[in-house]
Amino acid sequence: MMWDASPPEAARRHDARDEGGDVCRDGHQRVLVAMSGGVDSSVAAAILKERGFEVIGATMQIWPRSLPVGDREGGCCSVAAVEDARRVASMLGIPYYVLNFQEKFEHEVISYFAREYARGRTPNPCIRCNQRIKFGHLLRKARELGATYIATGHYARIRRDIATGRHLLLKAKDARKDQTYVLYVLRQDELARTLFPVGGLTKEETRRMAASLGLPVAEKRESQEICFIPDDDYRRFLREYLPETRRPGPILDLEGNVLGEHEGIAFYTIGQRKGLGIASMEPLYVVDLDPEKNAVVVGRAGDVMAEGLVATDVNWIAFDRLEEPMGVAAKIRYYTPTVAATVGPRTPRAAAPGHPCGPGDVSDAGDLGKPGDAGRVQVEVRFASPQRAATPGQSVVFYDGDVVLGGGVIARPLRDLLKHTSSK
Amino acid sequence: MRTVYVDNAATTRPRPEVVEAMLPYLGEKYGNPSSIYGIAREARAALDEAREKVAAILGADAREIIFTGSGTEADNTAIKGVAFANRQKGDHIITSAIEHHAVLDSVKRLEKHGFRATYVPVDSQGMVDPADVEASITDRTALISIMHANNEVGSIQPIEEIAEIAKKHGVYFHTDAVQTMGHIPVDVNRLGVDLLSLSAHKFYGPKGVGALYARRGVRMERYIDGGGQERNRRAGTESVAGIIGLAKALELASAEMEHERERVSRLRDRLIEGVMDRISHVRLNGHPTRRLPGNVSFCFEFIEGESLLLNLDMLGVCGSSGSACTSGSLEPSHVLLAMGLPHEVAHGSLRLTLGRYNTEEDVDYVLEHLPGIVEKLRAMSPFGTEADFGDASCAKCEDAAQPVGKAR
Repeated sequence: MMWDASPPEAARRHDARDEGGDVCRDGHQRVLVAMSGGVDSSVAAAILKERGFEVIGATMQIWPRSLPVGDREGGCCSVAAVEDARRVASMLGIPYYVLNFQEKFEHEVISYFAREYARGRTPNPCIRCNQRIKFGHLLRKARELGATYIATGHYARIRRDIATGRHLLLKAKDARKDQTYVLYVLRQDELARTLFPVGGLTKEETRRMAASLGLPVAEKRESQEICFIPDDDYRRFLREYLPETRRPGPILDLEGNVLGEHEGIAFYTIGQRKGLGIASMEPLYVVDLDPEKNAVVVGRAGDVMAEGLVATDVNWIAFDRLEEPMGVAAKIRYYTPTVAATVGPRTPRAAAPGHPCGPGDVSDAGDLGKPGDAGRVQVEVRFASPQRAATPGQSVVFYDGDVVLGGGVIARPLRDLLKHTSSK
Repeated sequence: MRTVYVDNAATTRPRPEVVEAMLPYLGEKYGNPSSIYGIAREARAALDEAREKVAAILGADAREIIFTGSGTEADNTAIKGVAFANRQKGDHIITSAIEHHAVLDSVKRLEKHGFRATYVPVDSQGMVDPADVEASITDRTALISIMHANNEVGSIQPIEEIAEIAKKHGVYFHTDAVQTMGHIPVDVNRLGVDLLSLSAHKFYGPKGVGALYARRGVRMERYIDGGGQERNRRAGTESVAGIIGLAKALELASAEMEHERERVSRLRDRLIEGVMDRISHVRLNGHPTRRLPGNVSFCFEFIEGESLLLNLDMLGVCGSSGSACTSGSLEPSHVLLAMGLPHEVAHGSLRLTLGRYNTEEDVDYVLEHLPGIVEKLRAMSPFGTEADFGDASCAKCEDAAQPVGKAR
């Protein structure tokens, strides 16, 4: 089905489910709330209880025993989080469980994270965790406990388009808190069973509600860092978790000249400037990580810019499939604003092979597909103006106004080849 | 909603007689037994009496009883205390793969301090083979620690045979009797052990108090330093009320043991048979006959014990799966894995442990609800269902032990 209605109109036709619409009309539906002990998920649980849901609180325990991390404070699922969440659940008078996801988290998130870096990519473990753990295993566990819905403290909204019956994902009311970038992976069956009770509130409103309910309002350390790397030093983490990532190789310029040696491509990110250890007249940036040559490729500032990108493992939310190119607002990193772009369908393996800046076969590039995905949908994105660091492994998410159309994993940037040669 | 407490291996409800016996020592009889005046002497006398009682029940001398803060502390004291005191003679320790973590982690700690350890395996019924223990002994072996009965699967170990082997080789022998004390006969001389740990809250006594039996002449360093309490072997002011409670609970449990053991065993068998009759693809963990009177442990194929447990909780049934860790989440059981169960089957374990407050109605309540929960979870199972790969999965079970599933 094509996306033919204008998105704002579609958004208006919603059923206001996240604002307490029809879902609780038929009485005591059970909902499992993923609780971290923080203000957002605590208020989420309180709102649902207030609306007459039978609320069960749960925290996922994800710390694997094998993890070489001493400090286990912080993060949404740490032991401290368990104690906080348990206290909140007891204040709300709801049953509370700690669910063990250690092995699943290690297999499906941490090892993915390390493997992706080892391949010269920059993964986003939060997206992976949402897709596989929270809205995968935890949702299944919720159903095993007889819950119709799972709820989280994410800032995002879900609306059902009455005309099409599709569940739409919309940006949060509080734009600064919007978390849709890490939620684009949700499929229709998952969105249909998910509630985001604070998505229609501003952070300030959430805080006020927590205070009026006597819930803890203290902010957890804002999780810009990765929960299983509390000191935020992912390089140290990789050295300890996957020692084979220490694999020195050449640092090359775009012409293939060897400029120096690197410690292992896993320790570099596209766009990185510092820590290259090369003296140069002009500042040098990492423009590519080539796992086949085990090379870090550097260039000048302009060489980091990309005109577009190829994304794989695309999940469309607003419609089933993209049939022709459409104008979108694209977001290529969590903390960067959206940019105007055109996204068009792409037939896998149709690209010219051996692109000098690409990490190889695109069909093998992404790793965010779910087992059992019918096929890996690919798209080609062209930016209205060149963008810095379209980084393989990160996600690109497409918006139309507040509506999340869908998103995918960046397989490789598309760069104007002529520019590199002419700039010599 | 009805509450059916069937997690008596985790802890038990203190008996009213025990609470009553303790109360004066939480109130007017508050003296420190180490002091010299009247109320202190009163506390001291009660403490001595409690020690005599416990010693008599164990077949020991009062001087061989050291009161501790828990069964875990008793295990730590025995293992680390004996290991460090005898290091010159030997630095090798033998234990089993299915011990409680109080023992396993104590031994692991010693390994970090340069000791060597052998973890003898168990068979598919959770039994240690004494021959394995004997074969592991070297001239550097200082200590053997094998539990009397396992807390998860209830298998009762051949302690007497192992004790003889230990004696023959001149090696100290410790047993963790936390699960057996008060439930089946425990006599240190009949068992032939040199050290034995016990914990009050497993036999209807209070939490926070345990005891270590250490045969006279056993060389052991003390584990907790400070004052000279417990004949200089465990520093810290005694929990007088706790110790009074421990002794009272043990006295009552011993007096009623024969009757209770038979009654609880009958409930256990009713539960086991009922589950086997009603649910397919289930196996009983542990030894079919050499098992604790209250222990029922199953693996249900295709489902996770965690989901099973939470569903039971919603119906008021308090059980356990694997062993609870500090945060309350569930680990795959090291015991079931040591017994050779495949990982995914070990995840589907459920332990229900019966005790003196359980009735036939409790058992029937579980039997009424468990089959429906298992069926519901299997219908949603990501591991597939009986129809999908029942045979393949059963073959896996057979590697470990005989499958006991009955098709209905």
